[in-house]
Amino acid sequence: MNYVTPKPLPEVNLPPLKQIGKPLRRVDALGKAVGATLYAGDFTMPNMLHAKVLRSPVPSARIAKLDVSKARALPGIACVMTGEDVKGAKLNTDLPGQTGREARAGSDAPVLASDTVRYVGEPIALVAAETLALAEEALTLIEIEFEALPGVFSPEDALKPNAPILFDPDNIVARYKVRKGDLEAGMAEADLVVENTFRMPFLEHAYLEPDGGIAWVDEQGVINIRVCTQVIEHFRSIARALGVPQNRIRIRGTMVGGGFGSKEDITVEIFLAFLARETGRPVRLVYTREEQFASTAKRHPFTITHRTGVKKDGRITAAQIEMVADSGAYPYLSPYVLLYATGMASGPYRIDNIHVDSIAVATNQTFTSAFRGFGGPQAAVAYEQQMDEIAKTLELDPLDVRRINYMKTGDTTCTGQEIKSAIWSEECATRALHALGERTPDTETRKIGRGFANSFQSYGRITWFHDTSHAWVGIEQDGTVVIRCGVPDIGAGQSNSLCQIVAEILGVPLEQVTIYATDSALTPLAGTSTATRQLYMSGNAICLAANPIASRLKQRAAKQLGVAEDEIVLGDARASVKGDPDSGIELSDLVKLCASEGIELSQLSQFNAPFTEGLDPETGQGDIWPDFEFGAQAVEVAVDTETGQIELLKSAACHDVGRAINRAAVHGQIAGGSHQGLGYALMEDFELVDGHIKTPSLAEYLIPTVLDFPSTEVIILESGSGVGPFGAKGIGEPALTPAAPAVANAVADALGVRIPKLPFTPKRVLEALKEAKEAGS
Amino acid sequence: MTIQSTKVQIQLRVNGRVHDLLVEPNAILLHTLRDLGYTDVKNGCEIGECGACAVLMNGTSVNSCMVLAIQADGAEIVTNAGLGTLDKPHVIQEAFADAGAIQCGFCTPGMVISTKALLDRNPDPTEEEIREGLSGNLCRCTGYGQIVEAVQLAAERLARSSSSPSSSLREEGQEADPEDRLLASDGAKRGGEGS
Repeated sequence: MNYVTPKPLPEVNLPPLKQIGKPLRRVDALGKAVGATLYAGDFTMPNMLHAKVLRSPVPSARIAKLDVSKARALPGIACVMTGEDVKGAKLNTDLPGQTGREARAGSDAPVLASDTVRYVGEPIALVAAETLALAEEALTLIEIEFEALPGVFSPEDALKPNAPILFDPDNIVARYKVRKGDLEAGMAEADLVVENTFRMPFLEHAYLEPDGGIAWVDEQGVINIRVCTQVIEHFRSIARALGVPQNRIRIRGTMVGGGFGSKEDITVEIFLAFLARETGRPVRLVYTREEQFASTAKRHPFTITHRTGVKKDGRITAAQIEMVADSGAYPYLSPYVLLYATGMASGPYRIDNIHVDSIAVATNQTFTSAFRGFGGPQAAVAYEQQMDEIAKTLELDPLDVRRINYMKTGDTTCTGQEIKSAIWSEECATRALHALGERTPDTETRKIGRGFANSFQSYGRITWFHDTSHAWVGIEQDGTVVIRCGVPDIGAGQSNSLCQIVAEILGVPLEQVTIYATDSALTPLAGTSTATRQLYMSGNAICLAANPIASRLKQRAAKQLGVAEDEIVLGDARASVKGDPDSGIELSDLVKLCASEGIELSQLSQFNAPFTEGLDPETGQGDIWPDFEFGAQAVEVAVDTETGQIELLKSAACHDVGRAINRAAVHGQIAGGSHQGLGYALMEDFELVDGHIKTPSLAEYLIPTVLDFPSTEVIILESGSGVGPFGAKGIGEPALTPAAPAVANAVADALGVRIPKLPFTPKRVLEALKEAKEAGS
Repeated sequence: MTIQSTKVQIQLRVNGRVHDLLVEPNAILLHTLRDLGYTDVKNGCEIGECGACAVLMNGTSVNSCMVLAIQADGAEIVTNAGLGTLDKPHVIQEAFADAGAIQCGFCTPGMVISTKALLDRNPDPTEEEIREGLSGNLCRCTGYGQIVEAVQLAAERLARSSSSPSSSLREEGQEADPEDRLLASDGAKRGGEGS
């Protein structure tokens, strides 16, 4: 693994484009640079109230007494609401914003706890007051008594007989079973079986912008909520909770200061809706950082066991995989996170005989839900360490073991889903390894290790969610372009990609395109900014909207210029004859011509993802996603054998993104995703002890600073084989997936032993070294 | 609310504007600035960990959540929005936009302020010095690499503008050359890998 030659790339023929692929300055960049962009917490209104939330300080208890009369009596308090006032309303978070299926029965989180609290941080009461200080004072006047109930604080304990049950009938909130091929026959064919168990912690998203928003009731009686969210279509769930028609809730999204999945769940918006309706006044609620830690979703801890049957040459003949995920106190998106982990459990490898059994288990801890990768990264932490362990056991090169097992286009995943796009796993792995260059030599107390990991990660939502996206494009009379699209921009360049695509299709400079986004009432609904789906879904929708306009413009220009329609090209804000850019007609003149003849200059379009019917309940076989992205990351680490400190020396990531729409933005996704994954491996651990949070702020929960890691070298490949616009694949989530297992493999390479649990803290490193020494002596 | 008002008269000078205020002695500068409408000063953690609320106070970068409003009495405060606007962005702000250093943008105002403080005292920093200078500012999106590049780009542009006094900073910043440099380096990578 010291020097690896990049595998030559297959020939691909990507059509040359004028704007797609360029690292253009994003349309949202300058506003953010000069501080002109307003985020949810920046909005205030006349006559506004300030809200606070009373939260449970205990992880498992019955609420024996809840008396809010003193708080209500405090002058300046507009309202205090408890579970009784919201009449048992639930957070319907199973299928945000889509047609989909019925919610799981009975275990959706209540908007406010009324009888029982199941985790530290669970909301119990809401206060709205004239000032923030008064709201805080009112919280202290709420009289509450708890009667402690036994709790469970790990999936292991939650699965024991006679364990306290969070929801009847048991603590298992989701379960999947995958059966493909003949496991027994496959294991019998193997020369040996390699078995390992890997563990991962809770993680906090730790985006810089705390959740927040402001709500008011407008002159039509519609409840307006301005909020930072990945899902403006939660208006449906909020309407259901309030018992009002869906067209009486309007969500006006803002630029989101980071989401990474946690702003996929409903947070402040449902509290704001209740308080605004109750008081008839604008209400503002912004979480503190500590509230953020206590009250929002975390990444699922997983324990994953692989039993892999292999031939001596490294070929996998069978695999048996067991996964246990901690869902925390309420399921939220756990059933789907578990499905993702299950469907991607075997990695980008062809395994004909495989069983996967997975469960998500309720505990009295902070709930877990979506976090960039949605179970895919946890699966990768396990399957990629297992690949290296197989190589070690067989005394083979880790790259060779992978080479013999990599899926090829046309092969199927463990659920039998055929991969139809390019699979450049080896191309990516060899480039990432090559980029590390010469190996740094060991010193007496510094052991150098190298490792890499492959990954595959879906993009687009689960195909039985019946996912759709809408986009509207129109040209103004001066030739400038307007997009209306409900896409929430969470910082990854979602808006910019759409602008850049339309600029390409209509042949105008990017600066001439303006986008209005993320308003559930005024912008056509574009679905969630989750699941790495916006470029794929809304990118395709915007092509469906812009292409007919381009075609009408070309038709009219052709008539004007006396040539055939296919002789016309749009570019530089004019329609000209192919090969003669100075010919033709200015776009603004062409638009006026069209307008005077009633030719339509706007278009609303809908893109539908492929729809499927779900998995076979007995075998877990079937399609789950529209397509997959393949990538790899390689790192070099230095482990200080005296202090246990790990220093990351080099990192390189290579991904086939299908087609890069904005090169700088793609670079940013890969570099940033890598950094989060490196933090996963080396630093981050949201710790709970008996349900109590031990890392309640950014002073205890450490995320990478600019000093912790060198920049990851980013290598972008373009197979053009994706199902997104211009052959693009999604990169938002996949960028994170290979980073942590690459570090795990590098650390194992340095130490000679494997640390079974992330993150690799100095303490765990020293323990592993001690164990290795004892085992060796 | 039986607390006796103990408000203190102070004067804040923010982005060239003067505010005469009565504030509580324990009022935090971050909150006071945001209440005055300086919403570009971001509230990320309130304990001095994230740097999103950084402002220049008499030329020094401080986390405004760690400063009492009364401590800023009479001081010259500059927030990110005080450095430039959409029409006249500061060279540093423009470099951040051009280098792809901005994703969600919530850390950006603080990053720009830290960059300003750094380049004011060290106009030609090494990468190590840049990283040291930004070490109080957290970013969860970018992995910092493009932010470091933005600071380098800003330093280059500032150096060129100071060596050609006839042109203003902004005109200098808009020259095609640095963008071409970014395009060229990315384009070269693509040429080597894409086809």
